[in-house]
Amino acid sequence: MKRLLLILALACAFPWAMHAIDQQFYTSFATRILIYAMAAASLNLVLGYGGMVSFGHAAFFGAGAYVVGILAVEGVSSLWIAWPAAIAAAALAALVIGAISLRTRGVYFIMITLAFAQMMYYVFVSLKAYGGDDGLSLPARSTGLGVSLANDFVWYYMVLVLLMIILFLLHRLLRSRFGRVIEAIRENETRATAVGYPVYRYKLLCFVISGAIAGLAGALIANQTSYVGPALLHWVQSGTLMIMVILGGVGRFWGGPVGAVVLLALEELFSGSPLLGPYSLHWQLPVGVILLAVVLFAPQGISGAFAKKPQ
Amino acid sequence: MLFEQSLNGLQFGLMLFLLAAGLTLVFGIMDMINLAHGSLYMIGAYLMASFVQATGSFWVALPLALVATALVGAALEVALLRKLYERDHLTQVLATFAVILIANEVVRLIWGNQSLMLNPPAGLTGPVQLPGGVQYASYRLAIIAVGVFVALLLYFLVTKTRVGMLVRAGASNREMAVAMGVNIPRLFTIVFALGAALCALAGAMLGPILAVQVGMGENILILAFVVIVIGGIGSIRGAFVGALLVGLVDTMGRALLPIAFAEMFSPQVASNLGPSLSSILIYVLMAAVLFLRPQGLFPARG
Repeated sequence: MKRLLLILALACAFPWAMHAIDQQFYTSFATRILIYAMAAASLNLVLGYGGMVSFGHAAFFGAGAYVVGILAVEGVSSLWIAWPAAIAAAALAALVIGAISLRTRGVYFIMITLAFAQMMYYVFVSLKAYGGDDGLSLPARSTGLGVSLANDFVWYYMVLVLLMIILFLLHRLLRSRFGRVIEAIRENETRATAVGYPVYRYKLLCFVISGAIAGLAGALIANQTSYVGPALLHWVQSGTLMIMVILGGVGRFWGGPVGAVVLLALEELFSGSPLLGPYSLHWQLPVGVILLAVVLFAPQGISGAFAKKPQ
Repeated sequence: MLFEQSLNGLQFGLMLFLLAAGLTLVFGIMDMINLAHGSLYMIGAYLMASFVQATGSFWVALPLALVATALVGAALEVALLRKLYERDHLTQVLATFAVILIANEVVRLIWGNQSLMLNPPAGLTGPVQLPGGVQYASYRLAIIAVGVFVALLLYFLVTKTRVGMLVRAGASNREMAVAMGVNIPRLFTIVFALGAALCALAGAMLGPILAVQVGMGENILILAFVVIVIGGIGSIRGAFVGALLVGLVDTMGRALLPIAFAEMFSPQVASNLGPSLSSILIYVLMAAVLFLRPQGLFPARG
């Protein structure tokens, strides 16, 4: 708890510190990290706690982003309409994709979620009316709270508050009966079925909740960059979210957020680093080497390596 | 046009088969998700471009590129992937994703950011007259010939030789194969090197048609996964059928769907709907196959 309050205090102080040293760019960068932390946490719910390896999570992330983008272009900029719509659309997509995919298991589940995500990717690539391949620029950030979200400072706190709410809800969810059942299913599906739980419905609900949260994260990323493009749904995006979760720690509460912070910070560090000189263009090389090192030497992920007790 | 498009589909499908054959064996025998398979395809194409420049001849460079890529693949297997077989699929995804990042950057460091041009070999640059009066690019015809030849070779290798027998034994029941005294580590390295050589062949043959560039592996990798999932993981025959199916469905869909829609709907709807539907067609195919036959068309594990 002490550690949590310390992190929260640091997160609240961060924009002021950046303002003080005149590096506001990093406030915007930190906002991006918070948004990806939310997306990664949503993936960790299905992947880590539910044991469902979804390789298509970018579909829900991108669907949420596109709903906000399309509504904004059509003139609906109120966040009270656009964001719930984004969450609902992502949840609906998760319901349809999950209902079909959850009939398969193992490697086949990985591949079928990937296939559905690729379908959505190509749908948006060929959606000429809304930018197609080039994507879509939003006229402005969402409105509706009486404060200007266009201000990066305000925007940071908005995202921070939402992330805290989502993490709190996830925490409650995982400590509830639902969370216990989901983990029981991951550990032994046959046994959970034998005890009498409707396993399929539990898994589907878990998948839909996760998709809805990813949709909210997508709505935020669309506002963050004022741009949505098909790249948000590409399989590499799904892969990146998965890397964040694995890097941070699969099935550990802070796994998603920790992975998002570490991966994006590494990217930023190596892509802008004066240390590497002209080689900073090749930032993926050191990032790749570090990922390999984590795989070989810290199989439990980063939060696993620092945990007091093994899970 | 229909005939020409089916030849294009056949050509694309055969090249997909070269990629999928290696992937399905690695997946089936070693139970290993190898995202870096696309990187080997990219490395093969780049090595091919370099060897063509150095030797001046397409047909001299081809075997050199195959052997070099096979060595790269074997080195990768011995140095890294061997440590991952016992780990879960998630770890394998993370590790091989890291390999993709590293391979992309190493290729950029060596060959630069520009995409390379690879010319078809002399004598195969023009079109040929096929029976029935159809003009068809001779190089694409050569690709089809190479693809069919390699497919037959693989069929012979897998069904008639001792190595092939061990591969099949490993794919259908790995524990049993180990218990019967098969030297699995050596078999894995051989299979991996063979898969890498097939990647290089696909990369080298497709190089003159597509551009040789960083990131070329990522897009085709997913198609190769679609192929092996449709065909049944671990089955070479499944990979062959799946690859031809995906190649034909994708090519024919792109050619025919827009025309069909133009007949049925207004031009505006057709121009929006046609391309989007034809590019998701193979994923619909895969989802349908998985839904109806979750083990794929030709399951390797009986």
